[in-house]
Amino acid sequence: MDEEIDHSEIGLKAGLEIHQQLDTRTKLFCKCPTVLREKKESTFSLKRYLRASKSEMGEVDRAAREEAKYSRTFMYKGYDSTCLVENDEEPPRELNREAIDISLEVALLLNMNPVDEIHTMRKIVIDGSNTCGFQRTALVATDGLLSTEEGTVRVDSLCLEEDAAQKIELKKEGSAVGYSLDRLGIPLVEIGTAPDIKTPEQAVNVAEQLGMILRSTGRVKRGLGTIRQDINVSIAAGARVEIKGVQNLRLIGDIVRNEITRQLRLIALKEELNKRGARVEHHRIEDLSGIFEATSSRVIQKAGGNVFGVCLYGFSGVLGTEIQPERRFGSELADFTAMYGAGLMHTDELPAYGITEDEVEQLKRTFGATDNDCVVIVAADRAHAEKALKAVLRRAEDAMREIPKETRRALPSGSSAYMRPLPGAARMYPETDVPPVDIDEQILHSIKTNLPETFAHRKARYKDGFDLNDELADKIARNINFALFEHIMDSYKNVPVTLVVRTLTDTLTELIHDGIDVEDTLEDRHFIDIFKNLSANAFGKEAVPDVLKFLANKPEIEVAKAIEEIGLSVNMDEVKQLIEDIVNAKKEFIQEKGAHAVGPLMGVVMNELRGKVDGEIINRMVADKVKEVLEEG
Amino acid sequence: MQKLDFGEGDRIRIKKETDSGVVVYEGIVMPTASRNIVIKLDSGYNIGIRPENVEIEVIARLGVKEAIKGEEIKGEKRGKSSPLLSILSTGGTIASKVDYRTGAVSPQFSTDDILEAIPELGAIAKIKGKVVYSILSENMRAEYWRTLAAEVYNGIKDGAEGIIVTHGTDTMGYTAAALSFMVRTPVPVVLVGSQRSSDRPSSDATMNAICAAKVAACSDLAEVVVVMHGSTSDDYCYIHRGTNVRKMHTSARDAFQSVNDTPIGAVYYDASDIERIRIEFSSPYKKRGEQTLELRDKLEANCTLIKFYPGADPAILDFFVNQGYKGIVLEGTGLGHVSAEWIPSVSRAVKQGIPVVMTSQCLYGAICDRVYDTGRDLLHAGIIEGEDMLPETALVKLMWVLGQTTDMEEVRQLMHENIAGEIKGRRVIEGSI
Repeated sequence: MDEEIDHSEIGLKAGLEIHQQLDTRTKLFCKCPTVLREKKESTFSLKRYLRASKSEMGEVDRAAREEAKYSRTFMYKGYDSTCLVENDEEPPRELNREAIDISLEVALLLNMNPVDEIHTMRKIVIDGSNTCGFQRTALVATDGLLSTEEGTVRVDSLCLEEDAAQKIELKKEGSAVGYSLDRLGIPLVEIGTAPDIKTPEQAVNVAEQLGMILRSTGRVKRGLGTIRQDINVSIAAGARVEIKGVQNLRLIGDIVRNEITRQLRLIALKEELNKRGARVEHHRIEDLSGIFEATSSRVIQKAGGNVFGVCLYGFSGVLGTEIQPERRFGSELADFTAMYGAGLMHTDELPAYGITEDEVEQLKRTFGATDNDCVVIVAADRAHAEKALKAVLRRAEDAMREIPKETRRALPSGSSAYMRPLPGAARMYPETDVPPVDIDEQILHSIKTNLPETFAHRKARYKDGFDLNDELADKIARNINFALFEHIMDSYKNVPVTLVVRTLTDTLTELIHDGIDVEDTLEDRHFIDIFKNLSANAFGKEAVPDVLKFLANKPEIEVAKAIEEIGLSVNMDEVKQLIEDIVNAKKEFIQEKGAHAVGPLMGVVMNELRGKVDGEIINRMVADKVKEVLEEG
Repeated sequence: MQKLDFGEGDRIRIKKETDSGVVVYEGIVMPTASRNIVIKLDSGYNIGIRPENVEIEVIARLGVKEAIKGEEIKGEKRGKSSPLLSILSTGGTIASKVDYRTGAVSPQFSTDDILEAIPELGAIAKIKGKVVYSILSENMRAEYWRTLAAEVYNGIKDGAEGIIVTHGTDTMGYTAAALSFMVRTPVPVVLVGSQRSSDRPSSDATMNAICAAKVAACSDLAEVVVVMHGSTSDDYCYIHRGTNVRKMHTSARDAFQSVNDTPIGAVYYDASDIERIRIEFSSPYKKRGEQTLELRDKLEANCTLIKFYPGADPAILDFFVNQGYKGIVLEGTGLGHVSAEWIPSVSRAVKQGIPVVMTSQCLYGAICDRVYDTGRDLLHAGIIEGEDMLPETALVKLMWVLGQTTDMEEVRQLMHENIAGEIKGRRVIEGSI
């Protein structure tokens, strides 16, 4: 997937939507604390159904309608830290003032214009993630700007929303979908940019800047899952696709690149299918169970021997075509059948899964299929199979016509899978239980005068205060860890400033590049601990990357213990002894070379002590020892 | 400030001067109670903009408003060969329908509306809908109960094999009690409502309505009952006897509870297949055809319910007597007490031919005024013990009894007689069925 792509030529347009949890005392619409809980601490559970309802304009949202087709049961787990509001058993309270203030602060940092009156809306979401069947959301500000090296990116909207309930695995609730109520209602800001992003690299850059601005308020939550990115991607000949739930900043570039690839491959497939004169028969779903009466296929036996299928004429080989890393066109179809709890098999990959050549032949015969065609089967009961196969026919037909506009789910590999159609504006209607909030000019003014410092100001302050050169000051002032940098410099004054900057910037980048997961595992306390130990000369600065690497794997361990386990811990008496031994063994050499003996001797000593003791300290000790010898001599 | 020559539903463009330049908002004008202009943007979001320092341009006018349909809409929808159900709508959350474009709450909830919202009902029964009232249930009044009782009666007379009354939950208990006394019914009469408005995906309206329809169409029960959520989950509804049911929570789904009585039964719900919904009865009930249809809808609405509290002034009671009230229910403390100060006032009311009925703010348990001195004095003053009736039920019953007779002795006798399951005689330990 490494082909060189000219992003302006294909008309790449991308926009970001960032969701960041706010670190407020209570939730957005109730007085519950904003804490996440262990699932085993749950004190009760409740069961609910949701139905699509009409919007204020009298339409049912297409995304909501599609969800409704699955008629699912939802099980919610509650805690002693959740209340009737999360249970949808009590009306919401007024919008959390603290959350409004934080979102206004972020809006102003993004040069946005707040509205005069905030209206809370209900955004219909019936996948169960909200007990009431909608997410409460309010538009707070519009029309902001963010500058990047590749041009200005408009920031269209900032919304204050409640976070959704978290999906959880259920042990034995049958087909029910499980959710945990602890996260539901935690305030978050959703920041949406215009589709002004023109390259995958710019997308990463914008995400980083937004992340830094959010963190500069000091009032947002930190840690895994507290920030989530969605990306809108389109290319001129393709379609707008929204990819949801990118938890890792680094993946943003890959996600954009892989979506471009997917759309380009789908366009190529479309041309190929049209050339072949491919077609599908709309209503032809065959019951193929008869063919598999005596099958040895476990998959089919498990489904009670029920097999249904459709034929995609002219599709031979298409389902096996790779369109993203680890994803074939067949995976796109399988995304749909999975919604109805059915797996998918097709003649491109058969015989396999215990299905014999003879059974494949019979499949083809049923549809009068030739080697140009592809028969798709699912093993499931009739109701599920028919729904699943109808979706397959629809998607196959789309493949001959266009790239569907849709919402997709980000996969850890940087690819994505189908989630649901793009929602429309029809899914919004006013939350009549929550009164609108007037944005007071005075409050706005007081927030304006107390905004966190700008990047430029911070850079200048670092240049002066820490005597940093332009490059390093710029690097750390822009870095997401700038506050941590200041904390370390304040706490451990004898640590070299360049070491701290390099560690928090370049070293981390290098480790990430080497595939070490430092982002999700290492917290501020790890870095503080490292510099505390460095400050006490517990190990040498050369070993910082090794310590970080070690902690990334075992984040629960303290640095002092890590040094010991890596074998970096030293007894200074032993170091002294070692230097003395080496120097004594080389007395003649020292007499001969005089003070110039220090350099070569350093090399010998460092071979033994690299990373354990700071080079400068060893240098001083060796020099002292050499001086002693010379004075003796 | 410029003249605002636009109305709700119009599409407008607002240009607003800010520190960083002009910001443009475009959207549809929405109804609002605030002084700001509220518009719905194309993204679906509503926002409010202060009308000062803005430039407004009308992009498009709202099309001609649809004519509002007639007051009363009748319709019939056919199920296979299923029983005929009459759905009488009185308003409330379950029937609420808001036209968000204009902000008007549309009054009608026709058969079509009902079936469109809950198509499952069509598979349970043939549905005939009628809007009797479009009111929030706090606006219900005794004379409306009479109209409603007559509609129930007519519906049954016209062949309905079950009646559903959709009702706001706030006073549903009162209406259920009123219908219990006013209509002797040979078929199920089921009141149903919802605690979460029907325009939200999580509304309890659907499940409550389907369970109510099951009871009304498929059960052999022939009483006035309330069918509402039995727990916070969407798993079952309880069937409560109309005279013993009370809203016990302001907002929760399982707000309705039977007091001094177990529910008559439960309806176990299954959203995936309405065929699998089953009704289980757990205590005796009147069966279809056991009694013949009869309407006894006379009421004396001029009755009141007075809640006693420590230090309450007996002049409160005197006031109602002087105002010409025809019957008084007291909600006393404990076993049925008001302070000793009140006894002369009670005595005076009774002497003037005004029945005074004692109930308890404990809600649970029966009145017994023979235990303490105050009680014995109250009995001596002529108080009528309200047995184990809910205070609200006692009030409704007193209205109904005074509609049948004004003879004090007959009133006393009827108040002590179990007419519609309101007096249980024996009470058991509270627990689930």
